[in-house]
Amino acid sequence: MADKALEGVKVLEYASFVTGPYCSKLLADLGAEVIKIERPGGGDEARCRGPFLNDIPHPERSGLFLYLNTNKLGITLDPETQTGKKIFLELLKWADILIEDKPPREMEGIGLTYDKLKEINPQLIMTSITPFGQFGPYQDYKAYNLNIPHGAGGGYLTPGGSPNAEREPLKGGGFFDDHIAGLSAATVTVIAFYHRIKTGSGQHVDVSKQEALMALNRTEITNYPNMDTIATRVVGSSALGRRPPPCQNGYVQIAALLDWHWVSFKEFMGNPRWAQDTKFDTLDGRSEYGNEMNDNIEEWTRGHTKEEIFHGLQGRGVPTAMICNAAEVMSSPQYEERGFFVEVEHPEMGKVVCPRGLGILSRTPWALEHPAPLLGQHNREVYTRLLGYTREDMVRMREAGVI
Amino acid sequence: MSEKALEGTKVLEYASFISGPYCSKLLADLGAEVIKIERTGVGDEARRRGPFLGDIPHPERSGLFLYLNTNKKGITLDPETQTGRKIFLELVRWADILIEDKPPKEMEELGFTYDKLKEINPQLIMTSITPFGQTGPYRDYKAYPLNVVHGAGSGYLAPGGSQNLEREPVKSTSFSDDAACGISAAFATICALLPRWSTGVGQYIDVSKQEALMAMDQVELCQYPNEGKVASRKVDPRMAIRVTPCKDGDMMIIAMDDRQWKGLVSMMDEPEWTKDEIFKDILSRMQHMGEMLKNVAPWAMQHTRDEMYHTGQERGAPVAPIRSIEEAANWQQFKERDFFVEIDHPKAGRISYPSAPYKLSKTPWEGGAAPLLGQHNEEVYSTLLGYSKEDIVMMREAGVI
Amino acid sequence: MTGRVLEGIRAVEFGQFYVGPYTSEALAYFGAEVIKVESIRRPDPTRWFGSTGGPDPKIIILTDPNKSVGFNELNLNKLSVNLDLTKPKAVELAKKIAEVSDVIVENNRPGVLDRLGLSYEAIREVKPDIIYLSASCRGSTGPERNYAGFAPIFGSLGGLSEITGYADGPPAPPIGGRTDIVCGTANAFSIITALIHREMTGKGQYIDNSDSEVISCLVWDTIMDYNLNGRIQTRRGNKDDIFAPHDCYRCKGEDDWISIAISNDEEWRAFAGAIGNPDWAKEERFQDAYLRKKNEEELDRLISQWTISHTKYEVMDILQKAGVAAVHSFSSKDFFSDPHLKERGAFTEVEHPVIGRLTVMNPPWKLSATPAEIVRHAPLFGEHNNYVFGELLGMSQEEIKALMDEQVIY
Repeated sequence: MADKALEGVKVLEYASFVTGPYCSKLLADLGAEVIKIERPGGGDEARCRGPFLNDIPHPERSGLFLYLNTNKLGITLDPETQTGKKIFLELLKWADILIEDKPPREMEGIGLTYDKLKEINPQLIMTSITPFGQFGPYQDYKAYNLNIPHGAGGGYLTPGGSPNAEREPLKGGGFFDDHIAGLSAATVTVIAFYHRIKTGSGQHVDVSKQEALMALNRTEITNYPNMDTIATRVVGSSALGRRPPPCQNGYVQIAALLDWHWVSFKEFMGNPRWAQDTKFDTLDGRSEYGNEMNDNIEEWTRGHTKEEIFHGLQGRGVPTAMICNAAEVMSSPQYEERGFFVEVEHPEMGKVVCPRGLGILSRTPWALEHPAPLLGQHNREVYTRLLGYTREDMVRMREAGVI
Repeated sequence: MSEKALEGTKVLEYASFISGPYCSKLLADLGAEVIKIERTGVGDEARRRGPFLGDIPHPERSGLFLYLNTNKKGITLDPETQTGRKIFLELVRWADILIEDKPPKEMEELGFTYDKLKEINPQLIMTSITPFGQTGPYRDYKAYPLNVVHGAGSGYLAPGGSQNLEREPVKSTSFSDDAACGISAAFATICALLPRWSTGVGQYIDVSKQEALMAMDQVELCQYPNEGKVASRKVDPRMAIRVTPCKDGDMMIIAMDDRQWKGLVSMMDEPEWTKDEIFKDILSRMQHMGEMLKNVAPWAMQHTRDEMYHTGQERGAPVAPIRSIEEAANWQQFKERDFFVEIDHPKAGRISYPSAPYKLSKTPWEGGAAPLLGQHNEEVYSTLLGYSKEDIVMMREAGVI
Repeated sequence: MTGRVLEGIRAVEFGQFYVGPYTSEALAYFGAEVIKVESIRRPDPTRWFGSTGGPDPKIIILTDPNKSVGFNELNLNKLSVNLDLTKPKAVELAKKIAEVSDVIVENNRPGVLDRLGLSYEAIREVKPDIIYLSASCRGSTGPERNYAGFAPIFGSLGGLSEITGYADGPPAPPIGGRTDIVCGTANAFSIITALIHREMTGKGQYIDNSDSEVISCLVWDTIMDYNLNGRIQTRRGNKDDIFAPHDCYRCKGEDDWISIAISNDEEWRAFAGAIGNPDWAKEERFQDAYLRKKNEEELDRLISQWTISHTKYEVMDILQKAGVAAVHSFSSKDFFSDPHLKERGAFTEVEHPVIGRLTVMNPPWKLSATPAEIVRHAPLFGEHNNYVFGELLGMSQEEIKALMDEQVIY
């Protein structure tokens, strides 16, 4: 059995949907013991989100939920009831880390502010993930996964290579942006935990999703004060292509950024006459005459398949991609050989393929050992074994809507 | 496969907890096709009520729910959304009978009054089960099982045989009173089916739980207008019928008419006190029931429940042991009548259920498990109502189903 | 203040472009001492990329390695030393630095550092508990290990580009360094977990991160639809599975947009109230989430008619006050006049000795006890040769000078 990087780290998750759950999943998959609190009754919002196995909607058949909650223990609890709050505090005493995503006002309303919680557990690390952070004029503003990337400036830049600004800015596909915020929060959480190992002190970590995503476009954003340039999705002319050139069976993406990339690229195209023009020989030239260059490239790509272009150009060292859809991602021999696909056995959904994790750690690998919990699956384990409630207490608390 | 009494009868249940679900369970158990609507997400309230199998609280392990919803199809639907409302009306068009237990105001707000629904389905039988019925000043009052029992006067009579009125009136531990309302409503509903079969006429049935329970105590209640007597749990100790402790538990011992009295006397080997004048005839015996039980007591302590039960019953005395739930469940009589049947359930496994409280020779009872939350969504929404798979996913994500 | 989290941790970066440099910048935010190893023969290419600036910027190739604004943003808080790693003496010096370090970060093509003699195995010999992270487009094993890629490349291979874009348009690869910095964050995360493990067990390890795998992990919900239902998801603009309205709507002004998302009927009623309860908002076809989604096109048209007569700031203000999720689409300019970001201190300034005063973005996290900070500008090329070779490795000025003359420190 391999070592686990976060063995023995105890995490309480009071979060729902994508960002918070992904944050604690990253810790759970590296060995942390995560207890996930779900609302009695409906549970995590992701449970009523597709994709559902065979398109049959069911709270235990959501692929989104299954993916985001592997390796966690799941309990139901309503911390807004008096008893629920008491239990929440008992769990908090147990925990090293609390990950929560509730509006600041809501946490204040039920008396679960960091200042209160640290009285109970002075070493606590509390990571709060909200759209606009814990303070500032927008602290109580609402924002869903659509609003965050637009509030963070990424939307304004997408889709890059737009011919003009006639059409609306876009968010990233799927829940990409929400996952990123979760990754960002997980990173700062392990940093805070590292500090705790060294010094014994906990702290409050305030993650604003807006800022977490702004950090991705930091260079574009600061171009405004530093260079007086407002970056937009409209790109008149670019060395990196306007948008992915279409080919016979889809699209490719070619980034002949460096001069030697360009030389290889020309060769692969068979050194067409247009490409001999020396104005394309430098990056600034390829940028300046990008439109002309890209028109020519597109004419060439249309005559080839994406596989030909991808493997052919990569074989010559030119950074190139074929634009992969889900089926192509799933059939990648590269992923297969690196053991990227891992099967998780779920009691309701059977075997489901999930990704191994964010990389290969030689000593403390990612491990998907347990599927996402069924709603309330670990109530007994947590309430009776960990907290010492009787079975009767549990029945009463369920009937009272506490758990 | 045997015939079923209500084969082909289509029932839509928009009810929760005990009375409404029990009402439609009785119809389902007789072969009606019942589609039960549960609230999106959490479902029927009974799902979060014990007893839970193995004391593990889980919406699919509530014994209460499992019992009250056998033989039904379950779907999730929120009729308070616009689309949910539309689907509800589609189901009303399909149904012969609608059983609902919502506050009258709520149904009005949703536009689900009988007048509106019969425009969609002129032959509809609609049974509304509410604490105080659809009319009158209390129609919008709230009442839980506790309140209904006391509002119906049955609480005031319990525990019967109290020596005074010092202590509070009580309801029984179980939800038997709520179940009784369900039986009452089911009876009325079946009665409405008869004219519908012959003439096609539908109708509205307004069941007030208060009245349904009052009807069970109608003898006591009517003592007031007729005899000026207020029945209560307090009974003259000389007359009071009480439980009699014996060697291994408690017995109910009663002897009214001469035959019963003789049987009792014979069971006790004709002790001297039975010859007292006060026990000479039925009227006198009724007035001295307490006295009689006091005399029986020492003898009873020498005997076991089974001895008394079998000897007494043999000789015609209506005596019966007080059985624990466990004893009742293992009672030979139930076993021989196959009263308990085992039913498989995908989450709760194979457990034992009481069968129907009757035996019909031609159209016997058949047991099918209670539905999982939303188990029949696909069957109902796609097969019955014709929605696409995609619609169903969208409706789920929109919180409609 | 209880000290900086990674104070005492030293990292050596053999990085270029975005992914590697951002990985170690994230460590430097928390006080790690990051030594960036570069040579004039092969400096971090970002040092050469400049822009003419202004409203219609052109890429220019710089001639001074100390003038790139972009480089500054990605290499804050670090130190720079020069080593021409094609020379064995330079490799030995690099190993000496590694010997007194805790972490190695590199994002060269797989095999490059191995050939130079700076593989994980080689470093482990001089520093057994080293944590060594390699990041590359496809990972350091497998048939495509030598494939190279920048952000749009691994964004496309990972499955992101296919699902980003207008429903009727081509795939939209991410602009700028978005996905690079995502991968850098994932790398920093892995490194910290390895540091935690080292703290507990005394053991280091090798971390092999593939940028395209990171991207796939972040869009797995859409890939899951293929696994569960055989459905290949594609582009759908700003739209959601079920929520509607869920899009950007044009506001008064030039290229000004507001994103509005409504998730339930309560928000819908609040929205209708906030825009003055027009008759259309009462129509039955918009009264629940399912119906709004079904009639989305018409709904979008009607909402746009309202938003177009207001500025994006007005709309955000009106709707947020009513409890509706509405956030305008920030352009880079908007960030610098925004009261919220001002109060949160999202930006700071550094004084760059060559370029002058520069605005940079603060680390995106607020820690109550150990804040992440920007303490200095990106290093000038070779700015810390003396500190690292002299103070850290204990070499004399003469030795350093000799190695410079030999173009080992170069």
